[in-house]
Amino acid sequence: MRNPLNKTITEIKPSGIRKFFDIVAEMPEAISLGVGEPDFDTPWKVRDEAIYSLERGRTFYTSNSGLKELRIEISEFLKRHYDLDYDPLTEMLMTVGGSEGIDVALRAMLDPGDEVLIPQPSYVSYEPCTILAGGVPVAINLKEENEFRLKPEELEAAITDKTKILIMPFPNNPTGAVMEKADLEPIVELVKKYDLFVLTDEIYGELTYTGSGHVSIASFPGMKERTIYINGFSKSHAMTGWRLGYVCAPQVIIQQMTKIHQFAIMCAPTTSQYAAVTAIRDCDEDVANMREEYNDRRRYLLNRFKKMNVKCFEPYGAFYIFPSIAEFGMSSEEFCTRLLKEKEVAVVPGTAFGDSGEGNVRISYAYSLENLKKAMDRIEEFINELRG
Amino acid sequence: MREKILSYIEHNSRIDLEDLAMMLGTEQAMIVNELEAMENEHIICGYPTLINWDKASVEKVSALIEVRVTPQRGMGFDKVAERIYNYPEVNAVYLISGSYDFMVSIEGHTLREVADFVSAKLSPLDSVLSTQTNFVLKKYKDHGIIMAEKHVDEREKVSL
Ligand SMILES: Cc1ncc(COP(=O)(O)O)c(C=O)c1O
Repeated sequence: MRNPLNKTITEIKPSGIRKFFDIVAEMPEAISLGVGEPDFDTPWKVRDEAIYSLERGRTFYTSNSGLKELRIEISEFLKRHYDLDYDPLTEMLMTVGGSEGIDVALRAMLDPGDEVLIPQPSYVSYEPCTILAGGVPVAINLKEENEFRLKPEELEAAITDKTKILIMPFPNNPTGAVMEKADLEPIVELVKKYDLFVLTDEIYGELTYTGSGHVSIASFPGMKERTIYINGFSKSHAMTGWRLGYVCAPQVIIQQMTKIHQFAIMCAPTTSQYAAVTAIRDCDEDVANMREEYNDRRRYLLNRFKKMNVKCFEPYGAFYIFPSIAEFGMSSEEFCTRLLKEKEVAVVPGTAFGDSGEGNVRISYAYSLENLKKAMDRIEEFINELRG
Repeated sequence: MREKILSYIEHNSRIDLEDLAMMLGTEQAMIVNELEAMENEHIICGYPTLINWDKASVEKVSALIEVRVTPQRGMGFDKVAERIYNYPEVNAVYLISGSYDFMVSIEGHTLREVADFVSAKLSPLDSVLSTQTNFVLKKYKDHGIIMAEKHVDEREKVSL
């Protein structure tokens, strides 16, 4: 029989920490601080709207780009929150989560051999999606001493004449790092100087704990025409299972993306789109309440690690902290495996998100205080034993 | 800061004060002082526990009673309320707007006990014009907490 499989996909290695995940799966009693999704329920008014839309029989495809009413609301939300100005009819596409947006943008933009700069540690989909789109991923290893922010020197050193896209994964999963206005300014200069495009994954934008709030790279003068802006409802509105996101970009890019989306997906889930109208229009306060609670938990974890004398920079975004475990002389994966086996606590090795995650572990605070406390007590025990 | 402390203890009055201090980025001593001050100012009036009696297999009957009254000379609503709320059977008394004056929540061990309270104690009060007793059949949610089921985390153990 002939090989049924495509060469490119078979050559992409499955996530390196599969083994670790398999052990977790066999320990149902373990306490986990390992998830990448909110613990909050989707606000009831959003769920209620979904039920109502089903009652009214709104169960058909929407237009390929998505519900017009929703795109108009999103356009106003982006203006209100991030000072972004996108035309809902020509510069926006509703997608199946931010995930689809990332994939389709790369497929619409890359030619074989084009290089994509991927600051790491970062979310796991940029690299394989780049490869599947025929591009060449080039990692930029971010440093803990810079609080895992992207520095202009690091960017400039990675640029070649093949570089086409810079991925900007901030606020960051797994580090919790953010890029503030002053951090973005020199990056913007380089992007323009080298004529790059930016794919900015701002899915955690609403979960930013700096005083001044999240700043989008797309809001800088001259950047809108070079930016593909990814966002969605999963994290900000606690709607992971609804599979709804959106992309904003210049019309020429959106047109080609819409083609792929039309043939591969047809349209984002209709029920989710109706519910999302309520989410984007009426839930600012719900989101603010979740943000405030995340922020309290963030401080709690930071203070716990401070008391334990474990090195941990202060992250200002998403719902992760990324403490250093380098002092224990083990790899991240070894640390996590032992923590799991000896104390039944699951956290994720930093290396799951790129080689530069070595020496750190990702701890999620999308959990109740009760759960965080129980897990942190065990982590403290573990660390005390390691230190002897 | 007070508002944050209150919003946490309103949901969990047994919260560990050291944990709370770490969450709010302050010292435990500060929280202790604030709590004491708010107890003295009677902002914090007590720390009761929310119990689902249905599950405790203890007989309990509760009722919400709508009461219409005539405030008497030299005796405003507050005085009438006092006559009502001093009975230990009474859980809560609210002065309300609308077609009656007080909503009185009472609790007893049996239907008989509650009915007796209304006919023997509440109705005969001079200022009480009429009462309407509504027995509670099932409590779904109280103090912001859903009584029916305990929340379970249905997420995968780890996800990236
Ligand atoms: C940084 C980042 N981007 C994108 C996604 C994908 O989210 P979704 O497809 O649910 O919108 C995730 C999910 O974990 C993420 O962490």
